[in-house]
Amino acid sequence: MDSHAIATTAGEVHAEAHAHPAYLRHHFETVEQQREAASFGMWLFLLTEFMFFGGMFMAYLIYRNWYHAAFVAGSNTLNIWMGTANTAILICSSLTMAMAVYSAEMRRKKSLVVYLILTITLGLTFLGIKAAEYKEKFDLHHVPGANFSIESFVHPTSPRAIALAPDMAEKTQVYFSLYFAMTGMHALHMIIGIGILLVLVYRASQGAYTEGHTSTVENFGLYWHFVDVIWTFLFPLLYLISRYR
Amino acid sequence: MSEHINHGNLGNHGNMDMEHQEHHIVGPKVYLAVFFVLLTCTALMTAVAFINLGILSPIIILALACLEACLVVLFSMHIYYSSKLLKLTVVAGVFVFLILITMTLSDYISRAWGLW
Repeated sequence: MDSHAIATTAGEVHAEAHAHPAYLRHHFETVEQQREAASFGMWLFLLTEFMFFGGMFMAYLIYRNWYHAAFVAGSNTLNIWMGTANTAILICSSLTMAMAVYSAEMRRKKSLVVYLILTITLGLTFLGIKAAEYKEKFDLHHVPGANFSIESFVHPTSPRAIALAPDMAEKTQVYFSLYFAMTGMHALHMIIGIGILLVLVYRASQGAYTEGHTSTVENFGLYWHFVDVIWTFLFPLLYLISRYR
Repeated sequence: MSEHINHGNLGNHGNMDMEHQEHHIVGPKVYLAVFFVLLTCTALMTAVAFINLGILSPIIILALACLEACLVVLFSMHIYYSSKLLKLTVVAGVFVFLILITMTLSDYISRAWGLW
């Protein structure tokens, strides 16, 4: 039982003064103040996440400047269409998540559950495509480490690719390290998000978020949109901007 | 656009001051509009990647990405409808991030000043 919530045991004097919704905690004056505090806390968390990803964006910016030819060559081995499809899928999942928040606010339990399940499905589709892309990297020996091969960069088979000198070809490992670190951390955030979504679906099916207390769904929505925003920058930086450099 | 409902406030708390604004419920129309603009931006980004525009192509592509991010933060994440406290929080976070980038880059370009 929630020890902070004002329950029916709150006392007669209190009950006479004003009727609270059960989810209003005693240290808040109003439901709105409580909602504002929850959003504020969520945004502070998202800003720390922003700084975390920001460090990797910064590393990408400087290393791309240093080993430009290697970054262009590495980037051109990615499949732009898989990246574009994944971007579109994430935008769809953002819409279904936003509609889930709307459903919770409108107190529609069934559509809340449906939209949350749709969000999970789209998230899993994204991860499936990502896994296929990762597998291709393993097959081509493009994963940094002992099995990395510079062969395809020193002697490229694609007519568009420019052959790199062996020392610059080694630096494609820096590109792929950042590729795996950034998309990997993004994917980890999505896996955690899907885990939380599963709990939300279970709780929502019991009517937890459609009785007026929507903060949990709203703040999870913020998290999900944030992960979408990160991908909005990963996609152009890793896939698109090096195609004609 | 957005429905304006004093939501969840079952009891009557009387005078609502500035800190306790009423909650905006953003409706499907806004979400759908953002959705279509985001898809269009993504299509444009991918299209621009296939055109050789030299130095302009990363600029155009990243500008589109920034536009997408702004739309998501403002409308999907409700900052457009939020209190000044939340607006300031987001702007402060982005601003600090820009300071960190600027200071790192100014260090980076001045290490070998005149030698490049």
